[in-house]
Amino acid sequence: MKPRPFRLLDAIRWGVYGGIAVTLIALIGMVHAFSKKGIVADRIMMSHVLVFGLIVAVAYLTSTRALATKRRLAVPAGIVAGSIVALFPALLGLLITQINLRAVFLNASPELADLLLPGEENNILSALQLVLLGSAFGLAVGLLALVPARLRRSLVSAGVGVILLGLLQAVFVVIIPDSWRQFLYKANGLSPNGAIALFIALSILDYGWLRGRPLTQQRIAQLPARQRRALRMVVTLVMLGLLAILPQLLGPFLSEVADTIGIYIIMGMGLNIVVGFAGLLDLGYVAFFAIGAYTMAVLTTPELPVVRNVIPQLNFWEALPFALLISFISGVLLGIPVLKTRGDYLAIITLGFGEIIRLLVLSDALKPILGGAQGITGVARPRIGEITAVNPQQFFYPILVGILIAWFITARLKISRLGRSWMAIREDEDVAAAMGINLVGYKLMAFATGATLAGLGGALFGSKLGSMVPASFNVLVSINVLALLIVGGMGSLPGVIVGAIALIGLPELLREFSEFRWWVYGIVLVAMMIFKPEGLWPEATRLRELHEAEAFAPVETAEETETAAVPA
Amino acid sequence: MLARLRREFDIADIALYAIGAVLVISIIYGSYVTITSEKYTSAQWVNFVLFGLAQGGIYALIALGYTMVYGILGMINFAHGDFFMMGSFAAFFVSAALAQAGFLETNPFLSVALMMVVAMTVSATIAVLAERIAYRPLRRAPRLVPLITAIGVSYFLQYTARGLFGSGVKAFPNIPAFSGAWQIGAIAVQKTQVAVFVVTAFLLVFLYFLIQRTKVGRAIRSVAEDKDAAALMGVDVDRTIAITFLIGGTMAGAAGVMYGIVFRQASFIMGFIPGLKAFTSAVLGGIGNITGAVLGGLTLGIVESVGPSLFLDGLGIPAPHQLKDAIAFTVLVLILIFRPTGILGERLAKRA
Repeated sequence: MKPRPFRLLDAIRWGVYGGIAVTLIALIGMVHAFSKKGIVADRIMMSHVLVFGLIVAVAYLTSTRALATKRRLAVPAGIVAGSIVALFPALLGLLITQINLRAVFLNASPELADLLLPGEENNILSALQLVLLGSAFGLAVGLLALVPARLRRSLVSAGVGVILLGLLQAVFVVIIPDSWRQFLYKANGLSPNGAIALFIALSILDYGWLRGRPLTQQRIAQLPARQRRALRMVVTLVMLGLLAILPQLLGPFLSEVADTIGIYIIMGMGLNIVVGFAGLLDLGYVAFFAIGAYTMAVLTTPELPVVRNVIPQLNFWEALPFALLISFISGVLLGIPVLKTRGDYLAIITLGFGEIIRLLVLSDALKPILGGAQGITGVARPRIGEITAVNPQQFFYPILVGILIAWFITARLKISRLGRSWMAIREDEDVAAAMGINLVGYKLMAFATGATLAGLGGALFGSKLGSMVPASFNVLVSINVLALLIVGGMGSLPGVIVGAIALIGLPELLREFSEFRWWVYGIVLVAMMIFKPEGLWPEATRLRELHEAEAFAPVETAEETETAAVPA
Repeated sequence: MLARLRREFDIADIALYAIGAVLVISIIYGSYVTITSEKYTSAQWVNFVLFGLAQGGIYALIALGYTMVYGILGMINFAHGDFFMMGSFAAFFVSAALAQAGFLETNPFLSVALMMVVAMTVSATIAVLAERIAYRPLRRAPRLVPLITAIGVSYFLQYTARGLFGSGVKAFPNIPAFSGAWQIGAIAVQKTQVAVFVVTAFLLVFLYFLIQRTKVGRAIRSVAEDKDAAALMGVDVDRTIAITFLIGGTMAGAAGVMYGIVFRQASFIMGFIPGLKAFTSAVLGGIGNITGAVLGGLTLGIVESVGPSLFLDGLGIPAPHQLKDAIAFTVLVLILIFRPTGILGERLAKRA
């Protein structure tokens, strides 16, 4: 089918969609919350980036669409879309100054109106200004769409890079040398000169990278096998060395973040076996995390007299095998009933199990053993020789070891007979069964291995906090782990790490915006499923599988062009 | 002998039936202890059942949406509980505005009708939008993909509600006409419970006729049976699916109003647990089966309100009502394992 030529009406339609999005973002309080975070100090705030970023994105989308079918409409389309998107916040601002919406929409406050219409006295004038600004951005984007693709890409990446550098100021001021910091950063955001310098540097870097990468790849591919292996070895060693000194580089606050990421990487590796390899969607994964954490806590705490009368108090290393063993056993026990069902029923049933575990932990019935709603304190910390891992910088090492073990296990399992059987089950249960794979047995193995890794994560988590409350073990943890797998790419090991850094690290660094974390997650899940179901760092087979339809697509279009050619 | 037994059942089956037997025995024992101890009067039991039926009616209304969507798309619409939540918020704002105007006291029935209309419209709109934006592009995707999308939609809706309306619990205004109870002998029948019965029954009869007797209903049934065949017969499949979401959303909105009248509160996470329980009801009754959803909802409501006092109390478990939700989820797990077709279902046997 030949695409319908672009019309300006399409630009209006997309503008309206974008406008609705901006209105929603303003009404849920994002604009207000982000107006305090500076990207370029005192000039550009995160809220500007958000609103104008959306305007730019919508304008860019419409411009490129216009470019594909009707080149001369590219610039007007950008202008129309940009101004229509900007019209919505302008109208919202005017509406707030006229009517009190706060009875329903909590965030429709006068402050929001001030943010949307920053001018001093005449609101209508500032509304007009906003719309004009929107069309100016639209014009700029429309012109950008005409720039050659490679240069455009570099400019866009540099822009995004500068925003990220401003947003993650807390990270970079710790890592970079003092003299750089004084040039690049101010108290709240980048310095204007620094921002410009960074933009130019990043554009050049990205452009060079785009040029240089294929060449380097080619050159590495041409190396003899032995040298290639040596090169890989050197890279691995350098990476390990970097990891070993990472806590010192990062300092206490960032190490804390790294620890959290690490624990989620361990859990992600475990769920990756269950969901990514064997294709069993487990939404009650938090149950095993909780079981690991609680085993560690119950065995090592000096509290809970009922338990202490029966079992002596253990230290971290003595309790760890038990935590893993009990997670493994509960994986098997919960797995037996659960794995008889399949597909989406499995998801719901595991969700139910997760809730049951949480309710049991929370109940008064089991309070003498599990501490009830108050939880347990005084959980033991790992101790090697004279050193006890107390602060996040020291705790990084046990977690790192955990990650390496988890990585090793999953990487080896993946290419083993077991791993191939799991993938066969994932692709088609009936065919797998016909090939002689014992479905229940293999699924149980996946479930139990995943549970053990979750238990490891839980034990480390409990020990790291030193105390635990049942509130930490809600369904959001399961969703979090699932989401990081999806963003990274299901079944892919580097994907787990990419996903954990993006979905655990970023929100941890942007703690002040934590109320929007789950909202963004929701959007990310939907968007990933629609636009990039294979994830950011996909596994090769899964990529093929998901794009099967597209692989066949060219045949179809070829046929159609033929038939289209005949009548003429 | 043992070898033959091993051949016939695998270990997993044996373990399953052992777990089932332990549960059944403890339920019977617990019930026996409670009943012989005469801790509760018969009037109290009747009240438990009545409360359970009112609660079950709400579950049934939500369960309809799950069951219809599952019947037509074979997909669990995780976000359905959040359509219900949005409807409840809409009802809250209408009732708050009406209470402020004094209209709620003078015309309680008209007010509730207005709440119904607004809540149903809001929930139905959100349901249709969710289908259009998030689910339709994924119609031919592998089976886990729409499920994960639905989880995403669920979180998006929950936290949108949180952002828009705040994280606190909103308390519905008191409607005098619906508060209090009618005393029949020793049994107190809450007026709100009667209201829930009436509304639920009305909506169910309406829905039954819609599905069984109208052209739209026939289209829905045909798409549920076989999408491709239905399309060949001239049924607009996309439109029919959208209508299914519309109906499901409408029922969820009504449930939101009922929930508001009975429990008098709305919060952004209120969709999760009732949603999960409504799904349990749908499975309990046999998913894909509309009568089954109603039956399942009522059964679950009763089990959940009677259960803690009946068998958990008898087993000597302290504070048994804390475990009310755990009972509901145990029912879910047991049903999915032992009788995944539910009480009335037969559809599923083909699908699973």
